[in-house]
Amino acid sequence: MSLASSVAPAPRVGVTAHPWVRFGVRRLGRLLVSLWVLITASFLMIHLIPGDPVRAALGPTAPAALVAAKREEMGLDDPILVQYWHYLQNLFTGDLGTSITSQLPVSDIVSQRLPATLQLAVLAFVVAVLVAVPLGVTMGVLTRRGHGRRTELAFTTTSVIIGIIPDFLIAVGLVYVFGVNLGWLPVAGNDTPSSYVLPVLALMVGPAAILSRIIRVEMVAVLEADFVRTARAKRIPNRSVYLGHALPNALTASLTLGGLILGSMVAGTVLVENVFAWPGLGSTIVSSILNKDYQVVQAIVIVYGVAVLLVNTAVDVALALLDPRSMIRED
Amino acid sequence: MRRWMRVLRTPLGLTATLLTVGVLVMAVIAPILWTDDADAIDTSNILAPPSSEHWAGTDNLGRDIFYRTLVATRLSVELALSATVIAVVVGLVLGTASFLLGRRAGRFVNAGINIAVAFPGILLALFFAVIFGVGATGAVLAIGMAGAPAFGRLTQTLVAGIASRDFVAAARVAGVGRFRSLFRHVLPNIAEPLVVNATISAGSALLAFAGLSFLGLGVQQPKYDWGRLLYDGISSIYVNPWAALVPGTAVIVAGLAFNLFGESVAKALGVGVVGGIPELPSVSAHLEDVAPVDASRRPAEDVDDVVLDVRNLRVTFPGPRGPIRPVRGISFAVRRGEAVGVVGESGSGKSLTALAVSRLVDDSGRVEADRLDLLGTDLRAADSKAQRQLLGTSMAMVFQDPMTSFNPTQRMGGQLAESARHHQGLSKKDALSRAVDRLRSVRITEPEKRAHQYPHEFSGGMRQRAMIGMGLMGTPALIVADEPTTALDVTVQQQVLDLLASIREADDVALILISHDVTVVGEVCDRVLVMYAGRIVEDLPAGELSAAQHPYTRALMAAVPDMHTDLDEPLAVIPGRPVDPSDVPQGCAYAARCPLASARCRTEEPALVDGVACWHAGEPIDIEVVDRELEEVEAS
Repeated sequence: MSLASSVAPAPRVGVTAHPWVRFGVRRLGRLLVSLWVLITASFLMIHLIPGDPVRAALGPTAPAALVAAKREEMGLDDPILVQYWHYLQNLFTGDLGTSITSQLPVSDIVSQRLPATLQLAVLAFVVAVLVAVPLGVTMGVLTRRGHGRRTELAFTTTSVIIGIIPDFLIAVGLVYVFGVNLGWLPVAGNDTPSSYVLPVLALMVGPAAILSRIIRVEMVAVLEADFVRTARAKRIPNRSVYLGHALPNALTASLTLGGLILGSMVAGTVLVENVFAWPGLGSTIVSSILNKDYQVVQAIVIVYGVAVLLVNTAVDVALALLDPRSMIRED
Repeated sequence: MRRWMRVLRTPLGLTATLLTVGVLVMAVIAPILWTDDADAIDTSNILAPPSSEHWAGTDNLGRDIFYRTLVATRLSVELALSATVIAVVVGLVLGTASFLLGRRAGRFVNAGINIAVAFPGILLALFFAVIFGVGATGAVLAIGMAGAPAFGRLTQTLVAGIASRDFVAAARVAGVGRFRSLFRHVLPNIAEPLVVNATISAGSALLAFAGLSFLGLGVQQPKYDWGRLLYDGISSIYVNPWAALVPGTAVIVAGLAFNLFGESVAKALGVGVVGGIPELPSVSAHLEDVAPVDASRRPAEDVDDVVLDVRNLRVTFPGPRGPIRPVRGISFAVRRGEAVGVVGESGSGKSLTALAVSRLVDDSGRVEADRLDLLGTDLRAADSKAQRQLLGTSMAMVFQDPMTSFNPTQRMGGQLAESARHHQGLSKKDALSRAVDRLRSVRITEPEKRAHQYPHEFSGGMRQRAMIGMGLMGTPALIVADEPTTALDVTVQQQVLDLLASIREADDVALILISHDVTVVGEVCDRVLVMYAGRIVEDLPAGELSAAQHPYTRALMAAVPDMHTDLDEPLAVIPGRPVDPSDVPQGCAYAARCPLASARCRTEEPALVDGVACWHAGEPIDIEVVDRELEEVEAS
């Protein structure tokens, strides 16, 4: 709350402020409030668990003295506001606590596991965009008003169905076809470049289907716009009309949803990593939940949450760069 | 209920409905019929591949995978539906908070919802799974809570839409309590979209549940749902892949069924609101009747002087019930420096004529003509580079709405420069400096600065002048302006018209001015073409408008108020409605509205002879008839 109230008056600072400054301040304010909510929620998580989290983690047979010592070490007997204050302090100094099962510092576990997850998410997103944009644009041009009814129906139906199938089931299918049946590609770990193929594929297929569908719809709408007729009136080649004039405008509209998709891809790694035994955060968070290693879970939840928030912020900034009106538009 | 039946009409909707019903039936009967088969342990036959006895093989205790998958339907569906109920109930509470608690508290809840929906569902589900614990109950709560923010947002949007309506406000004024008006007025009105979305979320919940069970966080042994079977199956995928593939397929089928069923219902109900596509009557019968009227007569033979020569131009679009022809064979020519106005009501085909002569008709439409020459070059030929070059440099277009006619994501200078770079091979820098020069020539102040701005930083009048400037990037012989002043303030309309006039004078540029405003055309143009129902009904010098022969032109002129108009009298209007291009009547299209119409007018279409297409050209109009019809129009 303290953070929220200190942020609220900020937009009024400069009356004469440039639109970019106002946009930056407002967007930063939103990011900070969301961050505060995320951190507070992950703090409360341990306190919302019914019963004693330490007892749950150490098991019913652990001696009472050990449980008491661990509670003391984690400060769980302090008043809750004191605990909150310590939690925030530790977080800002990079101290994420100690894993109750492995006794390793949580920050070590996170920094060791994070790169593999990031590689997977970023690679899958890049491939998804590289597939979805050309596909969506082509489909948009082919199915613009009065054209390609059947193509549209086939494309939309296929992409809706593919978009609904969850990534871990696609992953299972890929393991069966390319791992078990054909034996072409490795299905576990990230030791060789070829072991990236199946996880990336499993993660990008669904988002690419959804994204290309959105881009098609936007493309069809933009191709009806007056400024596309103006561009055609300049008698420039069709390619320039589609790629130079229609595409940037179709993308600004697709970008918001694209951001949501990228955000969900970050989280989608959890399931895909578990199929392919990928040594990232996703397999760690699941085993930590099962082992009731709550400090590790807390830290990973924050890492995923921060990644999602940063993606959302980046999307808004990209949107403002592509279409300056969006800065003014948002309230 | 009948609207809901529409779902069954599309193949996708029918398939989704059948699948959903199938899944639900299976959920009810499978555990009754096959529980014993599913639980029968056979240790002599573990992890066996598919056989005639076990269609999908067996698991690590020798149990039949196929039967286990069928029996698991009930638990999987039950858990998904329970989670959906939680999501809907919590979502409803969150979403109606701003209605029940008032604006301030509501804003707080809404901000919370907005922050929560920014995080992906799986992340929320994991978060709640930690709090509620591992196992089926914990997973139901986790998936339910994870789905709640999205549902809350939906509810909030729907409630906000309804709460602002009059009847809710009236109920409030009448002293109906908030809870009461929520249940009596608001919820019944948003029930439909909520039910549809709940169906879709049931599908998503089913898939999410499979995900959690697959991670080992959901259903625990000895119970099993599809996700649990998948979890057990994936570990032995090299021995018996079917142990993973069969439950996996079941998840996909059931998830798709709920999702697509919900989407189909949404689509069916949505169509119900709009009311379907109006069915247009067939026009194909009339198309055969259209004679190439007057193709040979009008256009001048003095080719050197002619900028644009159009003969028997037709534009046809495919319609839902046969082709529609909004432009039905028109011919005219434009000479160097001449200004030709085209007037008519909306739907008369005047804008489409402009698009057709400039080869900008959407390629779903078919443009045909006996002749379509620009500066002696046939434009009917296939889209060639030379043709594009000619059109790009010799013909300038000005469109109706300057607010939407520029690309909002590009700077103005670049948009002007583009055609010069393509057609004149100028470098980026040279093209931009020409663009600045052109902006100056259309009287835009500080053109260097303006060229760097985006369209939304220009006023409407400035944009329209910039649009004209864009046309002057080449060396136009013809400007086609389609309602160039309609979207502008009255004060800037004159500026734009003056600009067009000065360009014409300076470079002897021809102008085609499309307008519904006969006074604007009369003021700017040398010659006026009056269009009605896709034809030219009169072609006359602008100076002779007041002595027009065709009853339609005379009606247009009579509708213009002048200095002598008695402002206490109602303004004159043309009685009746313009002709629908998909249903052009036989004979003269104007006959139904014409005070001079005779039996001949209703059967034979008059040709354009001596500048007018009318069987009764110039005959006196009985004013009383017009007045009587006017009264009838007002009375109706």
